[in-house]
Amino acid sequence: MSEIVLEVRNIIAGYVPDLPILREVSIMVKSGSVNVVIGPNGAGKSTLIKAIVGLVPVSEGSIFLRGQEIDIVKPHLIAKHGISYVPQSDNIFRTLTVRQNLELALRNSGKNADLRLSELLEQFPILCDKLKEKAGALSGGQRQFLAVAMAISTDPDIILMDEPSAGLAPKAAQGILELLRDLTSSGVSILLVEQNVNQALRLADYCYILAEGRNQVDGKASKLLNDPIVGEIYLGGKRFGAEA
Amino acid sequence: MIQHLLDGILVGAILSLGAIGLTMVMHILRFANFSHAELLSVGAYAALVFDKIFKVTLPLMASAIGSLSITWALILSILFSMVITGASAVLFDRLIFRRIRENGQELSMVFASFGLALIVRNLIGLIFGLNTKLYTKEIVFATVLSRDPLVVVKLDQVATLFITLILMVLIHFVLSRTTFGYSLRAVGENPELAQVNGINLDKTIMVVWIIGGCLAAVAGVFYGLTNQINPMIGRDLVLPVFAATIVGGIGSVYGALLGGFIVGLASNMALIVLPSGYSPAVPFLIILAVLLIRPNGLFGEERQ
Repeated sequence: MSEIVLEVRNIIAGYVPDLPILREVSIMVKSGSVNVVIGPNGAGKSTLIKAIVGLVPVSEGSIFLRGQEIDIVKPHLIAKHGISYVPQSDNIFRTLTVRQNLELALRNSGKNADLRLSELLEQFPILCDKLKEKAGALSGGQRQFLAVAMAISTDPDIILMDEPSAGLAPKAAQGILELLRDLTSSGVSILLVEQNVNQALRLADYCYILAEGRNQVDGKASKLLNDPIVGEIYLGGKRFGAEA
Repeated sequence: MIQHLLDGILVGAILSLGAIGLTMVMHILRFANFSHAELLSVGAYAALVFDKIFKVTLPLMASAIGSLSITWALILSILFSMVITGASAVLFDRLIFRRIRENGQELSMVFASFGLALIVRNLIGLIFGLNTKLYTKEIVFATVLSRDPLVVVKLDQVATLFITLILMVLIHFVLSRTTFGYSLRAVGENPELAQVNGINLDKTIMVVWIIGGCLAAVAGVFYGLTNQINPMIGRDLVLPVFAATIVGGIGSVYGALLGGFIVGLASNMALIVLPSGYSPAVPFLIILAVLLIRPNGLFGEERQ
């Protein structure tokens, strides 16, 4: 059985005290797996990821990393815990150059930054000739690759991504999702929030469905993809071919 | 004409120093800090106190450097004043701004900064009196650069301009070449993303206050040196420094630099055609003109 990297147990969280968005949400991420969180708008998907990295206050519940309970995480210390987070939009620093973005992310990696930078560029050849350009000038797909490069620069155990394919051309979206799949072969786990349900379920190992801030259904992605009832209730039935 | 141009550049350099600190604070903390100019007063008076102490305790340092009126004691005092002013800026943040920030009330921070400015200004008046003070009572003769038209410059002014330019190059180097500089820019652009990339927000905010305070101290001393020291320095400089910041574009250090010179030059050049009483209005005209053409200032970026 593969090791559990991240476990979120019954967390209650929200931006404003006494107005929880997440109401006792639990998830579990195994090492080297791709996990996707889906659900309708306002279900609390992005809030869940932000709560894990400490950007949204958690009022109750626990978060375990490799079996160890961690206190409320400070966002600037998540890399030390082996977590990387890629927000949905504005996930790179537009006013800095591509190289400066990468150097900033590598600053705390504790490794030889130059060596790691060249390793990253080997992995992301698309960024090689853009190093001196302002990151704001990159295309949507290139930005997403830069954001992922920044996220993996610290060798995390788990990467949390908020809608990596949003706003991208289908080919670029496919490219990013395939990249995430490839990353898991080196033992990295992925937890992503996706609107592109069909594509996400085909990519993922495990899926959680949230609605109104609560866990609704979870299971193996391949199973949920073919479950007509789940498809109809949570995933917009018609898209999956089920009769309304 | 040339005299006004020269004076404008010298005043502009001082405004730039104040504006650089203000633009960084406004960019990262996202509020209009009307108490920033009071840090210039704090700096000027702190240096005055240290200057007096050093002149008594270290008589060797009381001699002027070359033909300047600036003494070694004053140079040392500037360094001590930077520490005091930087610490004051952090203290003001801890006592006032951070508490309001944690409640998420941006507009309240603006009002609080007005209140703080009044308190600091009057406290200085209470302690040091309302009379004008000078770092040195010796008469400094201006150097005549040209007799027709008459253009004169004090060596002190040239020295302050020179030191200001060195500080600006230093800031440029830090912002454009060091990861510390990148992290400052990153926090200004996107605080959340900066945090998840390992940048400690509280620490960065503190550093920004310290930098702002240090630059304000230097600007305050230079203003005191080339003009005079009185508790109203903050009141007199708050609007020109603000104008420089807004003209340059909030968040842009280079904008603040240019903005300072534009406001300084324009205010002085306006003296050619306007009675001196109207000169304080000139910065506002510049703000209006620039914002009409570039709503985010000359170098400012659109903000979310």
